[in-house]
Amino acid sequence: MGRLRKLLIPGVDRKLLVRDAVKTMPELTRRRFITAGTSLGALTLLTGCDVVDSSSAEELLKKVSKFNDAVQAWMFNPDALAPTFPESMITKPFPFNAYYDLDDAPVIAAADWKLEVRGLVDNKKAWTLDELYKLPQVKQVTRHICVEGWSAIGSWTGTPLRDFLKIIGADTRAKYVWFQCADKDGYNSPLDMRTALHPQTQMTFKFADEILPRAYGFPMKIRVPTKLGFKNPKYVLSMEVTNDYKGGYWEDQGYNSFSGS
Amino acid sequence: MTSLAVSDHQAETATPVKVIQPVWVRIVHWTNAFAMILMIMSGWQIYNASPLFSFTFSRSITLGGWLGGALLWHFAAMWLLMVNGLTYLALGFATGRFRRKLLPITPGGVIADTKAALTFKLSHDDLSKYNSVQKLLYAGIITVGVVIVLSGLSMWKPVQLHWLVSLFGGYDIARYVHFTCMALIVAFLVIHVALALLVPKSLRAMIIGR
Repeated sequence: MGRLRKLLIPGVDRKLLVRDAVKTMPELTRRRFITAGTSLGALTLLTGCDVVDSSSAEELLKKVSKFNDAVQAWMFNPDALAPTFPESMITKPFPFNAYYDLDDAPVIAAADWKLEVRGLVDNKKAWTLDELYKLPQVKQVTRHICVEGWSAIGSWTGTPLRDFLKIIGADTRAKYVWFQCADKDGYNSPLDMRTALHPQTQMTFKFADEILPRAYGFPMKIRVPTKLGFKNPKYVLSMEVTNDYKGGYWEDQGYNSFSGS
Repeated sequence: MTSLAVSDHQAETATPVKVIQPVWVRIVHWTNAFAMILMIMSGWQIYNASPLFSFTFSRSITLGGWLGGALLWHFAAMWLLMVNGLTYLALGFATGRFRRKLLPITPGGVIADTKAALTFKLSHDDLSKYNSVQKLLYAGIITVGVVIVLSGLSMWKPVQLHWLVSLFGGYDIARYVHFTCMALIVAFLVIHVALALLVPKSLRAMIIGR
């Protein structure tokens, strides 16, 4: 470990370094390496020191994070709306943010894309973009808050997710709506049902009154103004209504799963 | 005779000694010190993910290793800080300690005691009585402690506690308030530790009570 540390460049986030290294690997070995990388990360997570018995501290921290999920679910008021802002306050340019460069953002052809619907729903028919565009849409100007601390105000237009869940006959007693996305390495994220049913949680098709650009998640993102940014999946491919906690791209790496604002 | 000598000795040590820092104060003080250091070091790592200013904190003094780890620490230590802090405030008011120890604070007293402190003429004979500079610093740091928790809560729950965010004038301002409070606490910590080392019996009182 000591020798490995010396090889790392000061100021470079080890997690990101591992991720970059993984990118150069063949697809098959990649997934297994990420798993191994996570436990390596577990060892260095704590202080950056080579604390070997840190895994017990990490277990404790994970338990507290689960406790924080419960506290946040308890604090969550399904009727409390995220503050809205006048259009003059929209952040320009609105930042592109991902764990990859804009050049690596998914390129999705509208004609080939269909939203898959799975799990505890009456109608599992896949939806084309044209079909989705015909649903009633509403606009919101809300603040996007990143887990990193920065925030930006944007304008998003789309169909309230709760309306869509009604149309497809989703069992809204289920615990989660789980989204899978087209981002590289397979982005996914679970959304608790109460947040999914929040009036401002939106299937977004437009940013600033224009068709959602590639940078912000074309053809569809899920805008959740009551959650941190990473719980707002972009480039959505499918949604699954489920009682199982299926984990998420960032959630699995240690970000708090509820991450409500 | 030996037994008599022993009992004499016992009688001597059993004489009630004036307790300067009651046991509850010592417990919450050191718990707070521990929680605060965890909060500050993990907070620095969180700051580094999206710095407000043109500097970042060296990784050697941060906690968590990366943003995700630091957030786990920050949102775990916050419970310790908050429960301990509320206990301190409740007992401080209930026992009358705040009123007795921290009031009154007068501008004249603060100026006079600052002068005396800077010329090393401040008396430390009775550690159970705070001088005006101490009163001001302690009352001030308690206020900063309350503000850093409130600004932190407003950043954690900007939707559920949007009224609190408005109180700070918006999410972005709350971030600066949170950072400023941290800076004030670190500055206090430096002075506080330096002064405790200059007057070691005050440190002893915070450890063994007298």
